[in-house]
Amino acid sequence: MSRGVAITGMGIISAIGNNVAENYQALISETKGISRISKIKTTHQNDIMVGEIAYTNQELETLLGLTPDNNYSRTAFLGAIAAKEAINDANISDINKYKTGLVSATSVGGMDMTEKYYYEYLDDATHRKYIAGHNAGDSSQKIAEQLGIEQSLVTTISTACSSAANAIMLGARLIKSGQLDRVVVGGSDCLSKFTINGFKTLMILSDTYNTPFDDNRKGLNLGEAAAFLVLESDAVVNSENKKVLAYVKGYGNANDAFHQTASSDNGDGATLAMEKALQVANFSSKDIDYINAHGTATGNNDLSEGRAIIRVFGENVPDFSSTKAYTGHTLAAAGAVEAVYSVLALQNNVIFPNLNFKTQMQEFSITPQLTFKEKPLQTVMSNSFGFGGNCSTVIFSKEA
Amino acid sequence: MKSVYINSVGSISVQKTYESNNFLEEIVEYNDTVIPAQDPNYKDYIPPAAARRMAKGIKMGIVASKMALQDASLEQVDAIITGTGMGCLRDSEKFLSNILDNDEQYLTPTPFIQSTHNTVGGQIALELQCKGYNFTYVHGSNSFESCLIDAKLQLEQNEAQNILVGGVDEIGEHTVKLLKLVGQIKTEPVNSSELLLSNTKGVVFSEGANFFVFSNQQQASSYAEIVGVDIFNTLPIESVSNTAESFLKDHNLSVNDVDLVILGNNGDVRFDDFYNTLTSGIFKETQQAYYKHLSGEFHTASSFGFWLAANILKAQSLPKVVKLNDKNTSQFKNILLYNQFCGENHSFTLLRKC
Repeated sequence: MSRGVAITGMGIISAIGNNVAENYQALISETKGISRISKIKTTHQNDIMVGEIAYTNQELETLLGLTPDNNYSRTAFLGAIAAKEAINDANISDINKYKTGLVSATSVGGMDMTEKYYYEYLDDATHRKYIAGHNAGDSSQKIAEQLGIEQSLVTTISTACSSAANAIMLGARLIKSGQLDRVVVGGSDCLSKFTINGFKTLMILSDTYNTPFDDNRKGLNLGEAAAFLVLESDAVVNSENKKVLAYVKGYGNANDAFHQTASSDNGDGATLAMEKALQVANFSSKDIDYINAHGTATGNNDLSEGRAIIRVFGENVPDFSSTKAYTGHTLAAAGAVEAVYSVLALQNNVIFPNLNFKTQMQEFSITPQLTFKEKPLQTVMSNSFGFGGNCSTVIFSKEA
Repeated sequence: MKSVYINSVGSISVQKTYESNNFLEEIVEYNDTVIPAQDPNYKDYIPPAAARRMAKGIKMGIVASKMALQDASLEQVDAIITGTGMGCLRDSEKFLSNILDNDEQYLTPTPFIQSTHNTVGGQIALELQCKGYNFTYVHGSNSFESCLIDAKLQLEQNEAQNILVGGVDEIGEHTVKLLKLVGQIKTEPVNSSELLLSNTKGVVFSEGANFFVFSNQQQASSYAEIVGVDIFNTLPIESVSNTAESFLKDHNLSVNDVDLVILGNNGDVRFDDFYNTLTSGIFKETQQAYYKHLSGEFHTASSFGFWLAANILKAQSLPKVVKLNDKNTSQFKNILLYNQFCGENHSFTLLRKC
């Protein structure tokens, strides 16, 4: 189990850009992707703000060269776009040359289509093609098909907002154990009426721009995104002479076992996840240069996560920031979106600012990084926490 | 690398598998297209006040997992890994119809909270106060097999010693209507014992939960060893036999070493040929069994097949009702399971007597 897990390609589509380069530009120019919702008709339109991707489904269909009789949900469209970018970025022309799998993550799956046609299906056959696309695994099957992955390991993880971090974790373990030579890992979630209303009933949606780690934070903005990484074994990297963007160095998964939706006050699960990840990386806490926090800007998460960070890092909390103010909370995709941002931070030796912060939280004295900062980075820790007590941490590094 | 054992089982299904001493001796026959699971006495496992808030899938998952823990004489595990193809359908349907019927007004959060795919895994963790690794796989008919791959990896590397693993899916009323519309569920009822003779499209749809404790420490009461699991997103029918043979070869076995092959035939005339190619081909001379006439079909129905295989290996006997041919096999050492759904998400699982 001493093998390295190299990241050799990345792809992303989010509210701040349709590819990696656009996302990076937005991050360093402090351009937010948060707006009023335009593509879903909802009575909450004026009460919420979201991180919406500009492309319509039809435009995504054209970009992918699909015929109109396809039954892709928006989750599948977005996932296919980001996964294809990752494969191109990794310079892969023959995907089946090595044993290649796909581990994708989603929480919404095909719900966007189901909620549109739920009753119409019963007496009008027009849109029934989407019925088979409802289950979460269907989007992954389509992404695999788009990438040309055949007769291989393809699976889907759904652990709410920690899903994509867990997909990265499983992918890394499959490479380390030698079960796969290469694996595309990440996640995709589109906006839906279902999740908007769900989070609305939990009263954790902000009516304005989300403000992570701010004392007066009002809640999260939902976002949609897809992001994927290509992970390859040392053997593939060596024989193909691959350029390595970064390594997946550590990972940890734990359960808070506190409440179905809320995090424990002291962040027990988050603390365990970070500690496990450090252990797998064989790092001590002082080895972490930057934390890309989960930082959803809900009262509960930021307090719990902040306390957990203090428990793990003590007096020496490294620079940390949440990028949710840029993208919104992209649910099952968040762990992959922020993995891409963590690798970009490593590649460019930069820390992205925690936007919209005004007031220091009263419960502790740690403050996120508020301005764009250049600093040599060797390691980045990324946190993702979700409903069901799911807590996940992934550590990325320049060195294997 | 450590070996991985099935140390316990717990099953809720359309059979009375919740009775621990009933290994398919008493069969419930059906003549229907949709079959709900047999209810155990939930009160024996879940306080009634809590049970009232839970949809059936959550209850089935919790009860099956508690049965598995009891069977393994364990109070805690190191990790919980759950598979579910469709997730918590009842709460999803309830929340969505509330949104649509009331124009996004007057909604309560409970059905949303319980609609997420990882609700069962999260609830089990809450009940056990298990702060360990907790994953939920949601990949169609390979949801449960994804759990097997994950758990096996951890136990082999000794990252965990005991893992609770299970597959669970529940019937949702509206989803059933939709699946009927697209021919996924049979339109004509079929008698359980004649499932494979139906010659019609679609499946007999059902639900259930099968949980297990896997361990890298063998006990006197262990059921079987998990030798190998492989999943495939696609597999052309022409490649099924070759893939089965190379899977066996990966584990230093050949077709002749297989004492029993357990297949996922569900009587869907469109896709049963994937199994027939094996039963009339390389496994023609092998003892064959099937189970979906007893379990019905759902994305994690293969966890019932896995339950069946584990029990056969422990009991060293094959219930008559699952026999697909008659070869009078006297000893069961290696059992191969093969499953797929609608021609997608194929799996091969190899279990061995321990």
